[in-house]
Amino acid sequence: MKNKKLKINSNNLLLIITVVLFVLMYIGGCVVYADKGFTRLQTFLFILIDNAGLICLASGMTCVMLTGGIDISVGSVVAMDCMIIAVGIERWGWGSPALMLLVLVVGLVFGLVQGWLIAYLKIQPFIVTMAGMFFARGMTAVICTEQVSITSDPFFTKLSGFKIEMPFGIGAYVNKKGIPQIPYVRVSVIVALLVVLAVFLMLRYTRFGRSIYAVGGNQQSATLMGLDVKKVTLKAYVLSSFLASIGGICYCLNTMSGTTTQATGLEMSAISSAVIGGTLLTGGVGNVAGSLFGVLINGTISKLVQTHGQLIGAWANIVTAVLLCFFIVLQAVFVKVKERKKA
Amino acid sequence: MGKLKDITKKRLFLPIFSMILVILINVVYDIASGNPPFSFFSITIRPITGGSSVLFGRLIDILNRGSEVAILAIGMTLVVSSSAGTDISVGSVMSLSGGLCCMLLAGYGVTNVSEYASPLWVGLLAGVGIACVCGLFNGFLVAYLNIQPMVATLILWSAGRAIGLLLCNSQIVYVRVPSFQIFGSYVGIIPTPIIIAAVCILIASLVLRFTALGTFIQGVGINKKAARISGFNSSKIILLTYVICGLCAGIAGLVATSRIYSADTNNIGLNMELDAILAVALGGNSLGGGKFNLAGSIIGAYTIQSVTTTLYALGVSSAQAPVFKAIVVILIVVIQAEPVKEYFKKMSAKKLAAKEARS
Amino acid sequence: MEKNIVLTMRGICMTFPGVKALDNVDFTLRKGEIRALMGENGAGKSTLIKCLTGVNKFEAGEIHVDGIEGPIVNKDTLDAQKKGISTVYQEVNLCPNLSVAENLYIGREPLTKIGTVNRRKMNEMAAQLMRDLDLDIEVTQNLENYSLALQQMIAIARAVDMKSKVLILDEPTSSLDDHEVSLLFKMMRRLREQGVGIVFVTHFLEQVYEVCDGITVLRNGTLVGEYTVEELPRVKLVAAMMGKDFDDLASIKPEGEKDMSHAPLEIEAKGLGHAGKIKPFNLDIHKGEVVGLTGLLGSGRSELARVIYGADRAQSGTLKVDGKEVNIKSPLDAMNLGMGLLPDDRKAEGIIGDLSVRENIILAMQAKLGIFKRIPMAKQIEIADQYIEMLSIKTATRETLIKQLSGGNQQKVILARWLATNPDFLVLDEPTRGIDIGTKTEIQKLVIKLADEGKSLIFISSEVEEMLRTCNRLAVLRDGEKVGELNADEMSQEGVMKAIAGGGANG
Repeated sequence: MKNKKLKINSNNLLLIITVVLFVLMYIGGCVVYADKGFTRLQTFLFILIDNAGLICLASGMTCVMLTGGIDISVGSVVAMDCMIIAVGIERWGWGSPALMLLVLVVGLVFGLVQGWLIAYLKIQPFIVTMAGMFFARGMTAVICTEQVSITSDPFFTKLSGFKIEMPFGIGAYVNKKGIPQIPYVRVSVIVALLVVLAVFLMLRYTRFGRSIYAVGGNQQSATLMGLDVKKVTLKAYVLSSFLASIGGICYCLNTMSGTTTQATGLEMSAISSAVIGGTLLTGGVGNVAGSLFGVLINGTISKLVQTHGQLIGAWANIVTAVLLCFFIVLQAVFVKVKERKKA
Repeated sequence: MGKLKDITKKRLFLPIFSMILVILINVVYDIASGNPPFSFFSITIRPITGGSSVLFGRLIDILNRGSEVAILAIGMTLVVSSSAGTDISVGSVMSLSGGLCCMLLAGYGVTNVSEYASPLWVGLLAGVGIACVCGLFNGFLVAYLNIQPMVATLILWSAGRAIGLLLCNSQIVYVRVPSFQIFGSYVGIIPTPIIIAAVCILIASLVLRFTALGTFIQGVGINKKAARISGFNSSKIILLTYVICGLCAGIAGLVATSRIYSADTNNIGLNMELDAILAVALGGNSLGGGKFNLAGSIIGAYTIQSVTTTLYALGVSSAQAPVFKAIVVILIVVIQAEPVKEYFKKMSAKKLAAKEARS
Repeated sequence: MEKNIVLTMRGICMTFPGVKALDNVDFTLRKGEIRALMGENGAGKSTLIKCLTGVNKFEAGEIHVDGIEGPIVNKDTLDAQKKGISTVYQEVNLCPNLSVAENLYIGREPLTKIGTVNRRKMNEMAAQLMRDLDLDIEVTQNLENYSLALQQMIAIARAVDMKSKVLILDEPTSSLDDHEVSLLFKMMRRLREQGVGIVFVTHFLEQVYEVCDGITVLRNGTLVGEYTVEELPRVKLVAAMMGKDFDDLASIKPEGEKDMSHAPLEIEAKGLGHAGKIKPFNLDIHKGEVVGLTGLLGSGRSELARVIYGADRAQSGTLKVDGKEVNIKSPLDAMNLGMGLLPDDRKAEGIIGDLSVRENIILAMQAKLGIFKRIPMAKQIEIADQYIEMLSIKTATRETLIKQLSGGNQQKVILARWLATNPDFLVLDEPTRGIDIGTKTEIQKLVIKLADEGKSLIFISSEVEEMLRTCNRLAVLRDGEKVGELNADEMSQEGVMKAIAGGGANG
């Protein structure tokens, strides 16, 4: 194939706009809040650290949305995971590795049940995952109704506090007290980025990945072309719940506690990240790299509001919503242009 | 046998069946715990703090607490029918409507008043008005920009509550004036929310009965293009359903706010959109749009409330209740699922064949 | 199994609740044969094909395929595909969001050593396949970038590449223009040479005689016969399909051509146009006149009518209705001026599937009245019953959902919807497409009757004969432009063909 030029079609144009917007927003933040340390590499890394869990969730959400479905249970799954780990360590006296494994298994089973109901019993994804959301949230309270802080597992505490410093001291700075600092990330960030990479490769280069696009593109056609649509759908939901569990562990490493109200609305952040990143809810179009940038945009907005210091948290929601609105309208315009071209 | 089949085919079968099931569980529980078997239905008049006597009983409680969801279900049913999507912003819009109303009644930045800063009607009208504007916004995105309803309403889902918080300066605003509290308390012996819900339902059914709105909405919902060619203005009709849905959310928001005579913006209407959508689905309506059945949705709404109330009666905490709600939801949708129905059909056919073979 | 025979079906029986859909039907297909499967709507064509491909379960009978021992029963279309039976449908069943190469190979992509998809090899294979079939297609492009015809060819290419022995083409030409059809036929002939057996389902008689070797005719779920093309000339084919001697198609036109050019004008369009769809055109339509729009699919014949009706809003020009200048912004405006439009795509723009026959009939009337003036139920029932009887719509009850009716009856319901509004001007866009011949004649007669009542009509059809029978005058369209008109005395099969084809004949 000779013409390997990057073709700018409307789909990757959306992605480009997302990336450009992120860069502009970030540069804007750097200019306005230079005195508050926004220009430091560490600030960017903090955004990654804060949103490591969300990145995992958004990756899974992207896969599900590509099939034309939706999974609104992921936020509650995160809460349940955190609670299992917290209570497991503090009350049951389990070791954290065993608990993390348990959480992953729970995620798999959760996804299997949801996926089976959706794929094989043909119940609407929204309803099934809404029930899943209720279930996981309720289970969190069944396990324990109080807030449980994780203090007594040295391994988990160490894992949570473990700093991976930038090699060669890239982006080193001197803090307020005059002590030189080397920027770092946490383990959760590495996990999250690996997840994104894995999902990216999976979607692009495996049969399963391509099948996801096919199912989202036209389910009937996919069936007629010999794909096992039900199995693909099932797997997508299992993947989503599994990644939500990985996200849950990352989230728990950040918060070091379990509460019943943790991570409320996180599923919507995941959905909005995917949408901002160019994934269509109708399925078949989108890319996990876009979702990563979606999360980064969300994270940057929160960071900007936080750095300003005077604004209440609601502003972050409002700005995100305005941005979401912008992207949604943009997508709609693209679709219209495309249709007009066809006609 | 044949009669039974006819009954199960009726559209209202599922919602009524689930309702009866919930009531049965209540009766069984009452018997098991030594209460009179039908204490679920018992309605008494008891005095409340403040001196007056009002209706009391679990049934009344369900009707009362289920009012908001029932009101929301009206709008949601129409939205689902016309646009094959759900309006997930209603909970947020409820909160916004309550927030704006209380902010106007108390004055900006004030958190506790026992006298109105502006007349009551201004507050109420503004609350309902802002909700309609929200509906207009959602409807515009869906109808004129062809955005998927869930994505379009995601915007206000996120922003609505946040704007409410801004209006109330991130605080809980109390309006301790009796004439405001009345919408969430009692008129005579009857809880006001029941009356408001009943009036809303009545108006909705009258409108559907005596205008062609139902045909218009269903026509657009089933086949938008065909409806357009036949002279329907699809976009306007979809827009209209979203405005109605916003209106319903506004009314529900004011009821919820009046109940606690305060704008607790963080919690009013929280997850209410899910209950409303659930009510529509339980009512036997396809979330894929098209034909709708308002009565089903209303019964669905009260069924959800019955489940919740029953769970509380059984001693389940409010945080844990969702587990059971989820199980109930799954059970109900599983019986409704096409493959399951087919399976049962096959089984009964097999039985019939076996019977014939024997005889 | 006899040599050279690739597929035999023997004694296939199948019942739907209450209806015997197939009764003891046989079907034989040879290697390198293109066999037309013909029949009216409801004859059992689709059911037979669905039995073959495993979509429907047949109750009795046997299917044998060359190279497989014993009778086969396919579990589903996939299973059928594995046994060498592929189907290409009218609606293309591919994924628009994937590349052409992926559409060709999905589910059986070449893999690399580590089990990932080998994209480069897949693209090379796809490009080779396209070259083999003489298709100029860039395989890395998304499928949605190609026309419907090319998409269909890609679907066929996929079937061919899967070593299909039997290729079923289910009404593949319905949405193609003549050029595209000829491309398709070229491809079919090529496959015939390679020894593929092709089952060709179509409504177009001309196409049968152009490309087929044999014809199998079904009627009411039974086999009428299996013929070679030579054995069965057109008239006999129609007779075999109809089951009666067929003469009432010949002359339904009133005796003596009526000249309508002196009647008052109903529609005067001057310079009406819509960018990208139809170039500005002039068209006058008299009261009581049937004007046919003829041209190839995509020539702008539907678009012209749609611009008048406001389905696509006119961007230029003026329109006078009944002598008064009007501004039509939407179909509703047009309806209020006494217009109606029966769209060509019945499924997408005509029926409202989940509503009853009654609701579908009163729909346009109700739309005209608006939301608040609901037609009382008694009146609705009266209107519905009146038209069900008048058009002899075959439906169980007036409350039956329209989607449960056959195509022809659905079309009648849509017609009833417009007749109920008592229009002065009615556009009928392909009212007879996909409809059995009996209903076709009824609709044609109705058109003439309406004209006699003084109504003006636009009649659009792909079949020239049908136009000649019903229209007073023809407007000819080519490439999105109205290029001329043919009066009654100029109207002949040959004349129309020439006008459509163009080439110096612009007038």
